[in-house]
Amino acid sequence: MNFDRISRRRILQGTAAVTLGSALPLRNAFAATTTVGFIYVGSRDDYGYNQAHAAGAAALKKMADVKVVEEEKVPETDAVEKTMESMINLDGASLLFPTSFGYYNPHMLKMAAKYPKLRFEHCGGLWSPKDPKNAGSYFGYIDESQHVAGIIAGHMTKSNKLGFVAAKPIPQVLRNINAWTLGARAANPKITTQVIFTGDWSMPVKEAEATNSLVDQGVDVITCHVDGPKTVVENAAHRGIFVTGYHVNQSVLAPKAYLTGAEWNWEVLYPRFVKMFTSGETLPNFYRGGLKAEVVKVSPYGDMVPEAARKHADDVKAKLIAESYIIFKGPIADNKGKVVIAADVSRGQTDPELEKMDYLVDGVIGATS
Amino acid sequence: MKADVGTPVVKSGVGELLRLPPFGRRFGGAAEYVVIPALALFGSLVLFGIFVALFGKNPLDLYFYMYQGAFGTWFSWQNTLTRAAPLILTALCTALPAQLGMVIIGGEGALLIGALAATSAALALPGAPPLVVDVAMAIAGMIGGGLWIMLAGALRQYRGVNETISSLLLVYIALAILNYLVEGPMRDPTSLNKPSTPEIGAANMIGSIPGMDVHWGFVFGIIAAILSYILIYHTVFGFAARVAGGNIRAAKVVGLSVGKLILIICFLAGAAAGLAGMMEVAAVQGRTNANLAAGYGFAGILVAFLARQNPLAIIPVSILLGGIGASGGLLQRRLGLPDASVLVLQGMIFVMVLASDTLYGRWSFFKDKAS
Repeated sequence: MNFDRISRRRILQGTAAVTLGSALPLRNAFAATTTVGFIYVGSRDDYGYNQAHAAGAAALKKMADVKVVEEEKVPETDAVEKTMESMINLDGASLLFPTSFGYYNPHMLKMAAKYPKLRFEHCGGLWSPKDPKNAGSYFGYIDESQHVAGIIAGHMTKSNKLGFVAAKPIPQVLRNINAWTLGARAANPKITTQVIFTGDWSMPVKEAEATNSLVDQGVDVITCHVDGPKTVVENAAHRGIFVTGYHVNQSVLAPKAYLTGAEWNWEVLYPRFVKMFTSGETLPNFYRGGLKAEVVKVSPYGDMVPEAARKHADDVKAKLIAESYIIFKGPIADNKGKVVIAADVSRGQTDPELEKMDYLVDGVIGATS
Repeated sequence: MKADVGTPVVKSGVGELLRLPPFGRRFGGAAEYVVIPALALFGSLVLFGIFVALFGKNPLDLYFYMYQGAFGTWFSWQNTLTRAAPLILTALCTALPAQLGMVIIGGEGALLIGALAATSAALALPGAPPLVVDVAMAIAGMIGGGLWIMLAGALRQYRGVNETISSLLLVYIALAILNYLVEGPMRDPTSLNKPSTPEIGAANMIGSIPGMDVHWGFVFGIIAAILSYILIYHTVFGFAARVAGGNIRAAKVVGLSVGKLILIICFLAGAAAGLAGMMEVAAVQGRTNANLAAGYGFAGILVAFLARQNPLAIIPVSILLGGIGASGGLLQRRLGLPDASVLVLQGMIFVMVLASDTLYGRWSFFKDKAS
């Protein structure tokens, strides 16, 4: 039965609807289609983390027999458990994508254990064999895109001062800062990256202050790792410096300042996952991929990027896709002079040591604590 | 309603009824407190319907999905009650000091400190029986949260600092302390990308109320609300507090120790929010991290004002706001409304209820005309 069509009559039926509503197997309402649920921690149009996932969800809406239900601004509390259950009970969702990091443990794991026949896919978590088998985690090596963007930044700077506005000194963020700086240093060994940590994922006022303070210090190319890069991109453009973006393509916000950016490519990964799911294949419990697997991408270069910079960046990008290039290749020292990756060590993307990164490489001005 | 004046004595059921005092005289006082907020709620729902209609959505669909998402199924009820649980406790953090005429809006800070204290207690007792750990967590959480709000009360009493401002600013200090401890001294080294304290252990988790997927915080909230009601309306202490809230000079003149009242009430208020923080750790998160700052403390302020600071009224109001939160997801999914639409509705209810305050005592229907 179609729930939407008879809703008005139901209201008139008053209390009768209560018993009817709870007795009906709502899950069968969409038996022919697969309902996929997406849960975002912030707003779907934040020009950042959540918008990247929403773009992936939008790609699913074009698929036949797939229905997408979405909910935004769901906090990382038991509210997300209830949202998942609501999607399961009231919408008949059988595949769920709770996309924020804090949804994983304990919330998604609890729901996966409670609904063993349904599938739960989490972005960013670290699935381990003791977690439920119907749960999975996926993520992208976006530091590859950051590295390529860093090369462009290194070519474009005139002051040799780069800036990075970051949320928290956690491994994922440090890896981006380091990959971006190593890229810039590959293009121009004289550059330094001044990093400012704002302390949280969505702090627009602090992000604007950090951007302005970096510009005041002479920084002329800036990037960021926060949930919504809009503030940083717009402020940088307003102050007349260049910016490389993050999460999604922000060039519409600042066409004259936007050099390139590190983007997620969920609109490729999600349809791939859903196709596997509907055809009865088992989704991987642990999935990671970079440029080669098309989990991440690099924004098209802005018109101001000269040919030499494009060539250098494209060259490295091609090698990354061919897996003949390693970003974290020794010798690498941290910014206190300690060797963190020895001369004969190459840490490829799948190296678990990189997931524990707790240092800033030489050339970064800033501290992790 | 003049039927009782001079009505001849007739030994019939109708006559008996007619000789009773008019409705207003019998139930007016209590009815006023039900009818006026209900009208305000109804009015805000109508306004919200118009607002939604302006966006081209059918208001009847809206009401149906709100009902469906909040109370329409057993699952929806559990969803609603789960969301209501922390609100009852955090609302008490505002409602109790309000009896003294104080406006405390820092329940969020007491919740965070309570959560930190409770987690510390659990981590300090490795291997102890779960019951001991949970009791220790509850006590630690209540003391932590209680002292936090008592600090705002003491600043007001001894230094003349406005308690509204200080309690709000203490929220940010509490958040900074939480972030510092979670990312520094108390961090579990294995929590790589989500700095957190170590887990309190699955054995120490407080489960759900039997037969439903709602955690025990809901029951504790109801108990705390009832105890607060008894304390305020049926004890000498509560009477003293209300006297001080009505006229602080008069209270001092009759020899009430206002300073002591302020400190004790603030402690109890903070203890309620601290208990909410403890429940979030012991029943939901299992550890402390930034997830705890989910705004329950701020939502509690709204609940307390909607309940007109009455501890008993906090229970249905929390359930109502829990229901609005629970139905918000369905509105997003079925009607494509943005998340902010729920905030619009909450704002409308808030304004309507506050505005309806002017109606009390104005309607003759509720008045005892004979007096």
